[in-house]
Amino acid sequence: MGSFCYHTFPASSHLLVSDFSQGFKSPKLPYLSKQQERWFSRSQGASKVFAYYGLRAPPYKLDALEPYMSRRTLEKHWGGHHWNYVEGLNKQLEKNEVLYGCTMDELVKVTYNNGNPLPEFNNAAQVWNHDFFWDSMQPGGGDMPKLGVLQQIEKDFGSFTNFREKFVESALTLFGSGWVWLVLKREERRLAVIKTSNAVCPLVWDDIPIISLDMWEHAYYLDYKNDRGKYVNVFMNHLVSWNVATGRMARAEAFVNLGEPKIPIA
Amino acid sequence: MALRSVLTRKTTLGLGLRGIQTFSLPDLPYDYGALEPAISGEIMQLHHHKHHQAYITNYNKALEQLEGALAKGDTTSIVKLQSAIKFNGGGHINHSIFWKNLTPVREGGGEPPHSSLGWAIDTNFGSLEALVQKINSEGAALQGSGWVWFGLDKESKKLVVETTANQDPLVTKGQHLVPLLGIDVWEHAYYLQYKNVRPDYLKNIWKVINWKYASEVYDKESK
Repeated sequence: MGSFCYHTFPASSHLLVSDFSQGFKSPKLPYLSKQQERWFSRSQGASKVFAYYGLRAPPYKLDALEPYMSRRTLEKHWGGHHWNYVEGLNKQLEKNEVLYGCTMDELVKVTYNNGNPLPEFNNAAQVWNHDFFWDSMQPGGGDMPKLGVLQQIEKDFGSFTNFREKFVESALTLFGSGWVWLVLKREERRLAVIKTSNAVCPLVWDDIPIISLDMWEHAYYLDYKNDRGKYVNVFMNHLVSWNVATGRMARAEAFVNLGEPKIPIA
Repeated sequence: MALRSVLTRKTTLGLGLRGIQTFSLPDLPYDYGALEPAISGEIMQLHHHKHHQAYITNYNKALEQLEGALAKGDTTSIVKLQSAIKFNGGGHINHSIFWKNLTPVREGGGEPPHSSLGWAIDTNFGSLEALVQKINSEGAALQGSGWVWFGLDKESKKLVVETTANQDPLVTKGQHLVPLLGIDVWEHAYYLQYKNVRPDYLKNIWKVINWKYASEVYDKESK
């Protein structure tokens, strides 16, 4: 991952793309949610170390999702919107001693403030949401989940087709900007499809998201204009990463007893 | 209200107790490309012909379902339909106002308001620049989808700048509020041209804002 000095970070998203495109010959990059920076205080000559959030790149090249999600969309969406959220968040954290130093998950829950969100919530949650979203997709995605995930979906929705219908319907009936999620609900110990507005994500209710779909217009407008139905179907058919979903379910089982420990997840 | 006669075309269908009013897409008073370069023809066409039309179609559908539910006394459905009516009906109201808020440069787009509205703006905000600045900053700060409004409070006679979320009409922020100008800050209103730089869209839209219309509404409603 490229490291960059906070104060001289280039505003151009084009530079961002070239910065990160080098590393994609190797398999999935390790998760680095904080970048260590050195910032020298000129007046005192002492060195201060601040850790800030960095813009984590999607685990694929920006054109890897073509023709279903164009390079242009990824450049604008990841390099523009997602980057703005990261920058905005860092600026807010700079001034906030209480919140500085939280992990991303903690930050989202704390700033949600039980429904009365703090100003940092929008940026924090959107950074988290977009990281999660890029990971929820892969080149050559779509198709069907396998093994334990499929069994759990069939158990909680009746059939994969039912689940898919419900997911698509939720996406298309979402008013305004928001996200659609497949979540594992902790209390009820079952999967569910939920939709959230703007920046809200299921972490705030302590549920475990498995996959997400960005239904903000900027996510699909360049590629599909107002044809949301096409976008959602393309996501389900060609983009959604059931591999990642499987990994997430496996991790979730450490926290939620789904009651059937014999299911081979992975 | 004058607006309502433009928005509705009453047709009675079916054997219901009430006739269903079917709403239809109002014509744009200018060509799709007439607002260039502030707003591209591509956006205008999609915005009017696809988005606004979709709100109207879904509004009509929701009203039809409402009529059925009312006839049966099905309270659950009546209540459930409210969000669809608010969203799609609101979308219809808001966009109908929006098309009138814009006009090509050659027909006076961008010309600042004079007489009573001009004075009222100076009194309430100090100057037109200050008002534009306020509207732009509130519009840029709006998270997600919504509208930024410049309106008149009929009761207090004050001019206000407000934002609403999604397709909520201005009246949801205050029952006495009358919209003079509304700017759509949903991403579909600017994304193809301005991408994620909403502030640029807000800066440029003033070149095609129809202050004459806003003045007319102000004069009528402030009596």
